[in-house]
Amino acid sequence: MQIQEVPRSATAAPIVLLPGDPLYARLLRVPLNIWRTMTQSRKVTAGSAIVGFFIVVGLFGPLIITTNPNATGPLFIAPPSTAHWLGTTVVGEDIFSQLINGTRTSVFWGLGTGLVVTLLSVLVGLVSGYFGGWIDDLLTLLTNVSLVLPSIPLAIVLAAYFPRGPLTISLVIVVTNWAWQARVLRSQTLSMRNREFVVAARASGEHTWRIIFFEIFPNEIGLVVAGFVSTTIYVILAWAALEFLGLGDGSIPSWGSMLYWAQQAGALGGSLWWWFVPPGACIAILGAGLSLINFGIDEIADPRLRSERPPKVEKSRKEAVQTEKAVA
Amino acid sequence: MRHVLRRILFYICAVWVAITLDFFIPRLAPGDPVAALVGRMSTKGYVTPAMQQTLSAEFGLNTHDALWLQYFKYLGNLLHGNLGNSIQYFPTPVVKIIGQDIWWSIMLGGVAVVISFTLGCLFGIISAWKRGSAVDTFLSPAMNFLSAIPYFWLALIMLFIFSYLLSWFPLSGGYDSANIDPGWSFDFIGSVIQYAFLPALTLVISSLAGWMLTMRNSMITTVSEDYVLMARAKGLSEPRVMFRYAARNAVLPNITGFAIAIGAIVGGQLLTEMVFSYPGIGYALFQAVTEQDYAMIQSIFLIITLAVLGANLLADMLYAFLDPRVRVERSA
Repeated sequence: MQIQEVPRSATAAPIVLLPGDPLYARLLRVPLNIWRTMTQSRKVTAGSAIVGFFIVVGLFGPLIITTNPNATGPLFIAPPSTAHWLGTTVVGEDIFSQLINGTRTSVFWGLGTGLVVTLLSVLVGLVSGYFGGWIDDLLTLLTNVSLVLPSIPLAIVLAAYFPRGPLTISLVIVVTNWAWQARVLRSQTLSMRNREFVVAARASGEHTWRIIFFEIFPNEIGLVVAGFVSTTIYVILAWAALEFLGLGDGSIPSWGSMLYWAQQAGALGGSLWWWFVPPGACIAILGAGLSLINFGIDEIADPRLRSERPPKVEKSRKEAVQTEKAVA
Repeated sequence: MRHVLRRILFYICAVWVAITLDFFIPRLAPGDPVAALVGRMSTKGYVTPAMQQTLSAEFGLNTHDALWLQYFKYLGNLLHGNLGNSIQYFPTPVVKIIGQDIWWSIMLGGVAVVISFTLGCLFGIISAWKRGSAVDTFLSPAMNFLSAIPYFWLALIMLFIFSYLLSWFPLSGGYDSANIDPGWSFDFIGSVIQYAFLPALTLVISSLAGWMLTMRNSMITTVSEDYVLMARAKGLSEPRVMFRYAARNAVLPNITGFAIAIGAIVGGQLLTEMVFSYPGIGYALFQAVTEQDYAMIQSIFLIITLAVLGANLLADMLYAFLDPRVRVERSA
């Protein structure tokens, strides 16, 4: 995959850091930029709407649908009806309630894990890129080794030994997936380390950590956001996969554990489509929403990827230059 | 040559990390899961003294050896190809079971990867060449959505529709084991194809998008190169310019991806195999996880890792061979 310089072009107006700007003004610019990015591209808008919908359902759904997702009822394997919108399981649990409560678990653990993965990779990437020397050598080696180890099998091995539960899955996913983004951020930091504004900050005696996280980091925010989105897609899929294997805590409703129970109870053989279709569809739709956001960001960053027909002859020289830059 | 040596050194290092992880994970896990398993099984009378002994040797239960001694014994065992004995099929050595299962995975995955690579590249080429056309505006978002579907769920849906509802394909297994003996007969091969069709289709559908999108992105860059313009100006035929000039140069990232995918075949279709109960290594891992057959879990992880590392090394070499610029640059 090509490493693109997303940050400065991801938002239409780059996050300009005027030296005189007070911190609150800089911080304020971030949500403004996010809003502008969100409304600028139709793909991003659609994606954000989907993700937003799931977040709202996760937040407020369980407050409205108060049926206990684990309460068994007298009605077994009932198809969808007005009483049970998505039918019931083999022990009479209400599937709609499970789905709503599962949305809360899956969405928030997914986003949270994605955030932790991103934070870890930001830390490793920036420190490694900025400091250079033996720290960089060591961290790069660690990153590269972690990159080539197959993450799903490693996650399965880890999860098989540690106590079952959402925290285990989360940690396992963090441990196995931080490296890719760390590498991207390292090379970005490397190219930024000797730019004028960093040199100036160093010359004016700013503290090293301040340079890294207040001077360099804001300039990579676009890249970090794009990375966060794609990481989260992966996290949600991996999360569901591990739970589907029975490595999660089956008593906590989530999309993955619903699929696990459906599989265990032979929902396929019994044609209980209302049991195993909805959770998978939710994962697919949320994943599609997130990747729409990512495609939107990519297209804003790299106009060549847009599906408009390009003008014919004029641009070839300019693009050749860009290609050289991308290769270098 | 220096580049090659550096890479080989790096992969040796990675192999060592994988092996060491494999040794330490069971020992560092809280609550000593292996001991707990043995305890639970002994109360049910499942654990014979022979089993007890092997488990102790493998996981360092009830031994007074120092950790480093255990570690070197473990390394010695690995060098002799001794990965321990399976608990589920005691006392069959794990290596033997893996040796049987791995061919199913390689066959299934190999065919699926080749098909999806070819189709994906073709779609990518066409959609970049005809950028903005109806084909492109349909293919890109469609692929985008396909790639977001959890593939084990896709597998479940396929299984449900084509095997349960329509009964076009069998529900589980690798071949019709009730009626046909394995061998080089038409019946057997036909049966294998029939059983592999649905899992392979799932794999192709779920990996197609990756190939296509990478190809499209890289093709869009090469299409605007001067040499493509030149080829057009010479009046070469459209397919010739498209494939021999633009696509040929754009396919590089996908070639590396292909080498890596070949390595991932061994372990990359875990979930698909689990859903279809396909007798490959992924299904073996699934069973090992359910049965808590720890020696099996670890060995499968090790085998998968070795395959992936080997393929990555191959991909690196291939890339350095195909793209001379890599050889000059300092490797990251």
